[in-house]
Amino acid sequence: MDVEPKYAIRVSDLRKSFDGKEYVLNGMNLNILKGKITTIIGFSGTGKSVLLKHFLGLIKPTSGAVEVLGTKMSDLEEDAIINFRRKFGVLFQNAALFDDMSVIDNVLFPLREHRKDMKPRLMRSEAETRLRLVGLDPKHFKKLPSELSGGMRKRVGLARAIALDPEILLYDEPTTGLDPIITEMVDNLILETHKHRPGLTSVIVTHDLYAAFRIGDYVAMLNEGKVLLYGTPQDFLNSEVDLVKRFVQKGVHKN
Amino acid sequence: MEKFRRGLFYKNSIQEPIEKIGKSTIGIISSFGEVVVFSLEAMKWWFRPPHRFSEVVKHLEFVGNRSISIICLTGLFTGLVFAFQAWIGLKIVNAENLVGPTSALGIFRELGPVLTGLIISARAGGAMAARLGTMRVTEQIDALEVMGVNPKNYLIAPRILASVIATPLLTAVFDFMAMLGTYILCIHVVGLDEAIFWNKTQFWLDPKDINEGLIKAAVFGLFFSSICTFKGYHTKGGAAGVGEATNRGVVSSMVSIIVVDYFITKIVRMVVKWM
Repeated sequence: MDVEPKYAIRVSDLRKSFDGKEYVLNGMNLNILKGKITTIIGFSGTGKSVLLKHFLGLIKPTSGAVEVLGTKMSDLEEDAIINFRRKFGVLFQNAALFDDMSVIDNVLFPLREHRKDMKPRLMRSEAETRLRLVGLDPKHFKKLPSELSGGMRKRVGLARAIALDPEILLYDEPTTGLDPIITEMVDNLILETHKHRPGLTSVIVTHDLYAAFRIGDYVAMLNEGKVLLYGTPQDFLNSEVDLVKRFVQKGVHKN
Repeated sequence: MEKFRRGLFYKNSIQEPIEKIGKSTIGIISSFGEVVVFSLEAMKWWFRPPHRFSEVVKHLEFVGNRSISIICLTGLFTGLVFAFQAWIGLKIVNAENLVGPTSALGIFRELGPVLTGLIISARAGGAMAARLGTMRVTEQIDALEVMGVNPKNYLIAPRILASVIATPLLTAVFDFMAMLGTYILCIHVVGLDEAIFWNKTQFWLDPKDINEGLIKAAVFGLFFSSICTFKGYHTKGGAAGVGEATNRGVVSSMVSIIVVDYFITKIVRMVVKWM
């Protein structure tokens, strides 16, 4: 009898070097639980974004393995990886909206690509539902991304990321460059999105410690290409590891 | 010491320049190889689903339709100036009647495809490199990949196909306008006999000459679009990276059009003769 894997993503002894000398990821081990929100924190240059790209199969590891929903990414051919990525939704740092398409067309794009069984009218109504879900006013639906504010672009990016009902939602620095009010709005949006989708696994790479502890069920702190600590926010607050203590104090103090 | 000095002199004056030439030659060959592999990977999507007809039409409109006015203008004046220079030269040997065929052969075989290739690579190729470069640095290409859409299928293959189709069509427009320029100069400016002009041109010009130019134009279309999309797709850095990719794409494709013209002419002439 097949037992459904407990982990959405498993990283085993992952090492990555771009120049063959220095290792950005240096023997990393991390298990991300299914259906939970995991935040990944760490100093700049500790390999957070590189790790995220490994999850998506955008980068091949130098050694070690990444397993997503029971599938080893390195076993997949290029075309198979591209198909497999449909299990993911990704909110990029700058939303990465297609700048020659309107807001509604951006959300329609994944549906047009992968839900050819749907009638155009139904597709449109699905896209509009997603946009309303993330709190975007219908008056913005026909605008181009360049006409939107940073917060609105993030909303559209999130609506596009959830368009295909992904099993794993990745957020790459979702609040970088946003003011505190919009930051809180985006954090709440992440929580709401997760709450309304049972079984969804959310992984957030962030610099924002306050948000990491507020929204994360689990937190992983990276340092020198490895996981320094993985646990609940409470585990971090109780930690006696010097680097973790300093990091937490700075974050709590800052916020 | 003397031996050491001699060794140093040998290294500085002889070995280093040879090393530099060798390195840059290897660099050029490996870059060419990368472009070939990249464009072949994209071109396989011409024959595999999902087919992107609407994207091909969109890029045809961009590469072809929006270039017509500039092609008409340059074609007309190229015909005028080429015929004028030919008339000055041929008048010396009392062979003014050959201005038409001389101009026609030059235009259909060489000037048409080469100048069209250069103009289109600067206009459309530059825009392709800049567009793809911007998409790369703003993570739009990454977004496509994570949405399960192959960027080579969606972005590259339609652009290359549109360029391969549009460049010969634009060359035909250029040829027509250049011949119009030649006709205006010969008949209305220097006053040659119209019947002789058409008779001589028809006598010397073979349909194979026209085919040769059009086949060459398709190859130039393939070249500039492959190079410019390659440079744009592999852009690194921010806005400066986009500028550099655009610049390199345009310069490389223009230089390559001129360099490969000789070799393509040889090959195409063999093919056309065989046809």
